[in-house]
Amino acid sequence: MGFVTPDYGTIFWMVIIFGLVLFILKKFAWGPILKALKDRESSIADALSSAERARKEVAGLKSDNEKIIAEARREKDVILKEAREIKDKIIAEAKQQAAAEAQKSIESARQQIAAEKTAAINDIKKQVAELSVMIAEKVVQKELEKQKDQEALVEGLLKDLKLK
Amino acid sequence: MLNIIRSSLLVCAFLTSWMFTVQAEETQAEEAHQETATSEFEPGKFVMEHVSDAFEWHLFTVGETEVSIPLPIILYSKNSGLNVFMSSKFHHGHESYKNFRIEHEGKNEGKIVELNEAGEVIGLPVDLSITKAVAGIFLCVFLLLFIFLKIAKSARSSVDKAPSGLLNLLEPVIIFIRDEVAKPAIGAQKYERFMPFLLTVFFFILFENLLGLILPLGINVTGNIAVTMVLALFTFFITTFSANKHYWKEIYNPDVPWWLKYPLPLMPIVELTGVFTKPFVLMVRLFANMMAGHMIVTVFVSLIFIFAKMGGPVIGYSVAPVSLLFSVFMVLLDVLVSFIQAYVFTLLSALYFGMATSEHH
Repeated sequence: MGFVTPDYGTIFWMVIIFGLVLFILKKFAWGPILKALKDRESSIADALSSAERARKEVAGLKSDNEKIIAEARREKDVILKEAREIKDKIIAEAKQQAAAEAQKSIESARQQIAAEKTAAINDIKKQVAELSVMIAEKVVQKELEKQKDQEALVEGLLKDLKLK
Repeated sequence: MLNIIRSSLLVCAFLTSWMFTVQAEETQAEEAHQETATSEFEPGKFVMEHVSDAFEWHLFTVGETEVSIPLPIILYSKNSGLNVFMSSKFHHGHESYKNFRIEHEGKNEGKIVELNEAGEVIGLPVDLSITKAVAGIFLCVFLLLFIFLKIAKSARSSVDKAPSGLLNLLEPVIIFIRDEVAKPAIGAQKYERFMPFLLTVFFFILFENLLGLILPLGINVTGNIAVTMVLALFTFFITTFSANKHYWKEIYNPDVPWWLKYPLPLMPIVELTGVFTKPFVLMVRLFANMMAGHMIVTVFVSLIFIFAKMGGPVIGYSVAPVSLLFSVFMVLLDVLVSFIQAYVFTLLSALYFGMATSEHH
């Protein structure tokens, strides 16, 4: 058989067989295989991209969370500050009120004391007047008996008065 | 890639073990032949017989009996019409059957000739016999169909699962052809149209190459110029029929200085020659590589007998281990060559398709 001259019988069979195999494999093997490969690749790519998306979403949530937390913290600070201010105000007011109240009660006490004092002074004055009247009575009685005794008596009384 | 390496190593180990058994048988056969028949050992003929096509599938010879698988002979001649019979009727080419005979010398050597009543050659019948090479094609094709239809089935049923088994083994190769050969050579938009042909050609050549390395089968399909010619013609026709305007413009009116096109159309001639030399080179490259690989292995084997003839059996036996070692080395090299040649044929086909469909440089 020819060595470098192609044999037409072999060419004939080769064309038929190879053509047929090409057709069969194209239709029943390469199509499904390549499609399966493509599908798998695209499904893997999809899975990867959706994972990436999920990761991004989670990151977004995290930053959202942080924002919310920061907001809450700020609000808390504001509320605390306000509360402190209110507290200080209340305390100050209470103190003022208390002071005013104290002042008032002191004032009234002072007024009372003053009133009592004047009353007492009036009383003393009345008593002194009575005493004076009594002494005068007695002096008048004694004068009637003895001059000398009278004088001594007045003097003694006056001494007593001085002691008082 | 690891899978390919692993499988090719397996194939190597398998082949090596085969080689030793087969060559032992061949040795016995040849010796028996030399003892019984006084005919001289002709290395050239021995090598040629091993790499050439034949009408029967010769496996080995034990003593005087040749063990071979008969193949169908299909002949058509004007005188006797269609003749279909098994090649065993020729008794290994020693006898004629009906009025046909295998010619052993002359210009029709190795062909079936038609005889007249007197036993004179009257012509050549139309010969569409299933020769050894055609049987090899059939074998390979059955293997291809079996493997890839099975893979397609498992691919269809396991789209969202990890690949397993044969699919797992061959999927990287398919992806390699797609991503490293077709896509860069043709372009990501147009490669899909050519994928079936590229994959079929790649696996056909690869399987034939590897089958050819299994020595007892002894087929030499990709080393048969008719086979490589058909493969190259497929590439040529696909290239030509899928060629766009730009491709033809580059051939008949390339962008070169006018004096290269007029008055003598130098460049168009060169370009047009290129259209035909490309597939021709594809044909010759694959044929020559595989043929040479087969030849060298057989030559190393026949070295044993050449030395034995020159210096007696002692020298023959002492050369045998060296020859065998070289043969094993060559077979291992041929495994590599099998992959490379299949890859090169596919890559060049893809490049030609890419040229035919590219829009602008």
